[in-house]
Amino acid sequence: MISLAQLLTLSAVVFSLAVAGIFLNRKNVILLLMCVELLLLAANFNFIAFSRYLNDINGQVFVFFVLTVAAAESAIGLAILVVLFRERRSINVEDLNTLKG
Amino acid sequence: MLIQVLFHVFAAILVLSALGVISARNPVYSALALVMCFVTSAAIWLLIEAEFLAVVLVLVYVGAVMVLFLFVVMMLDINIAELRRGFTRFVWLGWLTALAVIVEITGVVWVRGGLGLDTSRGPTPEPQDYTNTLALGSALYTRYAYPLELAAMLLLVAIVAAISLTMRRRAGLKYQDISRQVAVRPEDRLRIVKMEAEKGP
Repeated sequence: MISLAQLLTLSAVVFSLAVAGIFLNRKNVILLLMCVELLLLAANFNFIAFSRYLNDINGQVFVFFVLTVAAAESAIGLAILVVLFRERRSINVEDLNTLKG
Repeated sequence: MLIQVLFHVFAAILVLSALGVISARNPVYSALALVMCFVTSAAIWLLIEAEFLAVVLVLVYVGAVMVLFLFVVMMLDINIAELRRGFTRFVWLGWLTALAVIVEITGVVWVRGGLGLDTSRGPTPEPQDYTNTLALGSALYTRYAYPLELAAMLLLVAIVAAISLTMRRRAGLKYQDISRQVAVRPEDRLRIVKMEAEKGP
């Protein structure tokens, strides 16, 4: 039997690794998007753990919607990335300073 | 007991591949490590009897989103060395933040009564005739019917946005314009020349 504490700890570890990844790869937009996917995965872990633990299906319904929104987000994010690369020939975050005053 | 062993194996693979995602030199390896993360997460979700979402995670994420990621990573010609410059500058801050998050969350979880719940208990096993898909579907199509429609609309908007962002018209490309083809009149294409009949010698 997997206890709730084990599941929550695993999701905390994955979440914090993703946060560390955002600090480490702060120049690469593709890796930033991947780290956001990892963050969402850790959040989904918590939703499913509590949903099963409290015997409430609503948590799993919420995970379903989170998956939908995350898929839409990564599709649009990658589309913006492709357009950006066409314009600038680079995906370095430091090159994105057009709006800087 | 077997479930415990499987959980620990999958959890170890999940954490190692999450480490791989954030530290791989090549973005392609990062994307493949992220695929491994999703697969092991799906396995753990299967172990805690959330079958439908496990299958959806593999189908949608591994099958669609990560393929999109890999496609973009391979399509773009990225200078990795430039992006890796200064990689170690904020490493200490990253690990410090990660450590703080882990310590805080595990502190709340492992201290008894921290959540107001008995966290050492596992989920109660479902009865033999329970179907996770049925339970999820009956919630989704009754109480959450309106949010479901909104989610479908959101996906449609995302498709339209992604296509309109990435579509481009190259100059000098010969493509068919159906409306102009249909609207064409005989006068535009055909010129009738009136001329005198030729006289024989």
